[in-house]
Amino acid sequence: MKKICLTVVGLYIGLLAAFSQSNPDSSYRSRKLKIDEINLVSSYYHQDGDHAAVTGGIGSQKLTDISNSLEVKLIRYDHLNRKQTWSADIGLDHYTSASSDKIDPKTVSSASYSDTRIYPSFSFSRENEQKGTEWGGGLSYSGEFDYTSIGANLHGSKKTANKMGELTVKGQVYLDQVRLIYPIELRDGNSPDPLKRGTDSRNSYSLSTSWSQIINQRFQLAFLLDLVQQKGYLSLPFNRVYFTNGTVHVERLPDSRFKVPLGFRANYFAGDRLVLRSYYRYYFDNWGLRAHTASLETSVKINPFFSVSPFYRYYQQTGIDYFAPYLTHAPGKEFYSSNFDLSKFTSHFFGTGIRLAPPNGVLGIQHFNSIELRYGHYTRSNTLQSNIVSLHLKWK
Amino acid sequence: MSKNAGWVLLLLVGTSGCQVVKEFQKNRLNDAEMILSNRKIEKTELSFQSYREGASGANAGKSGGGCGCN
Repeated sequence: MKKICLTVVGLYIGLLAAFSQSNPDSSYRSRKLKIDEINLVSSYYHQDGDHAAVTGGIGSQKLTDISNSLEVKLIRYDHLNRKQTWSADIGLDHYTSASSDKIDPKTVSSASYSDTRIYPSFSFSRENEQKGTEWGGGLSYSGEFDYTSIGANLHGSKKTANKMGELTVKGQVYLDQVRLIYPIELRDGNSPDPLKRGTDSRNSYSLSTSWSQIINQRFQLAFLLDLVQQKGYLSLPFNRVYFTNGTVHVERLPDSRFKVPLGFRANYFAGDRLVLRSYYRYYFDNWGLRAHTASLETSVKINPFFSVSPFYRYYQQTGIDYFAPYLTHAPGKEFYSSNFDLSKFTSHFFGTGIRLAPPNGVLGIQHFNSIELRYGHYTRSNTLQSNIVSLHLKWK
Repeated sequence: MSKNAGWVLLLLVGTSGCQVVKEFQKNRLNDAEMILSNRKIEKTELSFQSYREGASGANAGKSGGGCGCN
């Protein structure tokens, strides 16, 4: 009887073994291209101030911008188990600007009073998780009524042997075309300076490097350095400059600008509910502009799926060597601008964000991974104020 | 020179106490809010800041292109 029982148990175990799934190969990953995530970001931005560059540093800077961008990210693994990421992004901005309407104030509404910018981009990257290497590249386009930009980039990164540190190098090129639309009273030979017609080029070349380092299970940081060279028409053709003698000119800036921003980022996860995100940047260029940027964001996790993130950003810059306000530029200078974006000022940007990422998806929709809403108020020491609301929806 | 020394010192202090963190110990580091670059929701903010301020870059974003003229 015992023998029969043991035989039955043995047969049962044998059957179980025969019909059970074989141990899956943990290294196998899908080679089919599949959607990894979809991101939709929408923003509403509104600003106002009293120093519009179009009117020589005086006048309304009222501007409203609505922007939407949609990113679709696809992944697959190749025959060597390397991760390939394909990404397509399309952005659409629509703005209305009071100062642009002053390029030609005789018209009811000039061509640039409202405009739409469309900016698609594509990128590809391939990551070898075993070796800790990644390389990739991308192409981008941006087009609006008076400006087009074509961009290309290549990047590569390498992790240290213990995967705690990573060096990333990225090269970017932007080839832009500016349509030369001058203030109405300076067209048709009425400018005191010779003005080029048609379009002009503005090219940007940059090399970005970063080193990111994991310090421990809660702390990681990154050092960032960019070297940016811009060449070509770096002024804006519709910006007026009023000299002390009452004459009006089109803004004129050097045709070369070399920028060096140095950044440092440190993120710390304190306890189980608090994430501290800090950032500092020092910037200088050969137009005489120096700037400091510092920001801190604290994400408080009310529960594992819901967080509130108040933030504050401080910014301070010196003006460029060629800036002077309305009616203060002396005649005879080679370069001049009354654009208050390039003047000496400090700014404060603060607000808060909320993020919801429930485990079963937002509203119970499985792949609706997270929803994030963020509001910020920006105030600048030379009257400019703005508000921005952004919404990020993520499917994964 | 002293600024450069400060950066080097910061780098040394920051990285000298590094611990090796295994993949299964990275749950906090991999949290969506611990990302060492700008978050997607900051996209338009960074765009308007680069237009309204003279400085830009060193934020793992784009370093040119587009207009920003208004």
